[in-house]
Amino acid sequence: MTFEKVAQIIADYKDIDVSTITPDSTFEELSIDSLDTVELIMAFEDTFGGEIEMDPEPKSVKDIVALIDAQA
Amino acid sequence: MKIIGTGSALPEQVVTNEELTKFLDTSDEWIVSHTGIQERRILKEGTVAGLAIEAAQRAMEAAGVAAEDIDLILCSNVVSDFVTPALGCFIAGGIGYGGQTLDVNGACTGFIKALDIADSYFAAGKAKRILVVAAEKPTYLADWTDRATCVLFGDGAGAVVLERTKESGCLATHLATQFNADFLNMPTPPTNCPFTQNKGREGYMYMNGQEVYRFAVSSCVKDLTLVAKKAGLALSEIDWFLLHQANQRILNAAQMRLKQPGEKFPGNIGRLGNTSSACIPILLDEMTRDGRLKEGQIVAFSAFGAGLTHGAAILRI
Repeated sequence: MTFEKVAQIIADYKDIDVSTITPDSTFEELSIDSLDTVELIMAFEDTFGGEIEMDPEPKSVKDIVALIDAQA
Repeated sequence: MKIIGTGSALPEQVVTNEELTKFLDTSDEWIVSHTGIQERRILKEGTVAGLAIEAAQRAMEAAGVAAEDIDLILCSNVVSDFVTPALGCFIAGGIGYGGQTLDVNGACTGFIKALDIADSYFAAGKAKRILVVAAEKPTYLADWTDRATCVLFGDGAGAVVLERTKESGCLATHLATQFNADFLNMPTPPTNCPFTQNKGREGYMYMNGQEVYRFAVSSCVKDLTLVAKKAGLALSEIDWFLLHQANQRILNAAQMRLKQPGEKFPGNIGRLGNTSSACIPILLDEMTRDGRLKEGQIVAFSAFGAGLTHGAAILRI
């Protein structure tokens, strides 16, 4: 559930097809740079609530999903 | 209060991204895509005081006022040529002024802090005209081996002469501190005092770019929304949003969240980089001189920086 929402937010932000995003996709593969990561984290916070820690910095979709699920 | 004159001054030396690639593992493409910065000005032989005085003189000339017409110099500065005397004193010396000077170390938020103090001086009837000068050389503090931060900064100075008016053109201000010294700091230079263990440390400015980005975007959007509400204005009624020029991507993110057209967000970051608290008054001067800023327009300012300090103000021009 979290993954689907996360993937959709990333797809909208990067303007890419959501089907190209898998849990194992790394931010590097998706051309998400360090500032994109912050933007996305802010978008996830808006969607899921709470404050998402950036230390250690998430590097993949899987990392983000784990961080959000840890919040819930 | 009302702005009756603006001025700015920049170092002559232009440093392009290309020049940075000679000693840093970076590229013009990386710097532009991550920051929007193409080049910056860096003081070579001149001083911060020199820039500050030049900007002040230009603002006074534009306002048609002399030193004896000024009742207060408010100076926003983080690092100048001396730890003491404060930069405001050098400006006083440079323009031949002998009254009260007050220096504000508000990091990148300093100019808005100074505007807020000026408004209070006017409200208290303690001044008729105030010279506000923001002059900075953040390039002096930056770590030139750290490719993530040193590319961001540039030196410069901006000034305004403010005059008391019957009905203040300062429609709202909001200033705040969200204390955090970990994300952005610069240690005090070391001491050789043998009686202390707290000797300070060698070092340069440290910045956690991601955390500062998150803080900057959220505080900027919140502060602007708040001052607009305080002033009884819809965001759409504001003609210009002059934001601290920290990073083009922060400006873009704030603009998108505020849902206002990009044309309302002028910038100079591409040419000048982040000149700390001088960004906004330099931009004000550029826009006044090229005619973009017109009498009666409503301008919102927003800045954020070390502290973490942040704030916004709305002025009728």
